[in-house]
Amino acid sequence: MSHDENHEHEHEHEHEHDPRAIRTEALERLLVEQGLITSAAIDTIIERYETDVGPLNGARVVAKAWTDPDYRARLLEDGTAAIAELGIGGPQGEKMVVVENTPDVHNVIVCTLCSCYPWPVLGLPPAWYKDPAYRSRIVREPRKVLREFGLTLDDDTEVRVWDSSAEIRYLVLPERPASTLGADEEALADLVTRDAMIGVARIDAR
Amino acid sequence: MTSGPESVLLPPDGPTAPPRVNGELVFDAPWQTRIFGATVALFEAGRFAWPDFQQRLIEAIAVHEAALEADPIDGTSGYDYWACWLDAFRALADEHGWASQRSLHDMEHELEARPAGHDH
Repeated sequence: MSHDENHEHEHEHEHEHDPRAIRTEALERLLVEQGLITSAAIDTIIERYETDVGPLNGARVVAKAWTDPDYRARLLEDGTAAIAELGIGGPQGEKMVVVENTPDVHNVIVCTLCSCYPWPVLGLPPAWYKDPAYRSRIVREPRKVLREFGLTLDDDTEVRVWDSSAEIRYLVLPERPASTLGADEEALADLVTRDAMIGVARIDAR
Repeated sequence: MTSGPESVLLPPDGPTAPPRVNGELVFDAPWQTRIFGATVALFEAGRFAWPDFQQRLIEAIAVHEAALEADPIDGTSGYDYWACWLDAFRALADEHGWASQRSLHDMEHELEARPAGHDH
C-alpha cells in the first residue's frame, strides 16, 4: 500500500472500502483457497495474543490483591488457585508463586536457564528478559542491574531474586503507591506495569 | 534458549516492534488483527522462516517512514505500523507464489464489487 493510495481513500468512511481491509481479506482468501492456512487457525492465534495472554491479566490480580486483603492472603498462600479465581490460567502458569514487595524486601524474577515466564499473567517475555546478560547478571549483581533499569533501592532493602525452576513461575506483587488510597480496582489495574510485576520497576501513581 | 516459536516473534522494542499498551498488542482495526493472525498462522504452519518476514517488515517501515518525511502534512502521526506489516506480508506472499499480482488484484476487485452492507 503506497502512501498515495491511503490518501485517495481517506474520504471513504465505510470500513469495507478501506483498501487495506480489502487487501487483507483478499490475501486471507487466497491463502485459505490454497490450503495453506485456515481461518479458524487465524482466529485461534488472534484470541491467544489479544485476549488470553498479556500483562493486563497480572495487573488485575495485583489490583485485586491491593484492594481485598482476603484475596491478597489467598494469593500469597496459593498463587495458582487465587489467580484461577479470576479465570486466569494456562500454559506456563500451572504452578504460580506470588512474592510480595514490602518497604524492606524487593523481589525480582528471572529464569537463568532459559526464559521461563508466567505467560497467563504477563504474556510473552520482553527481549531483555531472555537475554543472557539479564539472566546471569540479575543473580550476581541485582542492585546494579536494577539501577540500570532506573530502580535504585535503599541499602537496607533486601533483594530477593527468584529463579524460575522447572515448574514454578513467579509473579511479583508490587507495593501499592501510597497516593492511591481512594482509587478503585480498575483504576489501580491501569497503574500496574509488566516491569513492576517482573520486579525491575516500582509503580508510580499517575 | 528453549522457548516456543512465539519467542522469535514480535520484538518488544526497536523499529519493527508492533504498537503496545502495557505490553498488550494494540490493534485499531479488524484488518490489522486479521493480517497479524494470518502471518503468525502461516509461520506456525512452517510456511516461512520468520527472519524472511522480519527483513521485509524492516524494508516496508523504511519505505513508509521515507514517504512520511516527504509529506510533512501528515507528519509522524501518519505512521501506520500495520500498513507496513501488510506490505511486508504481501511481499512475502508474492515471493512464495501464494498471491500473484494478478490473483490478488482479481480477488480484491471481486471483494470490492460486493454490495454495501454485505455480511462479513
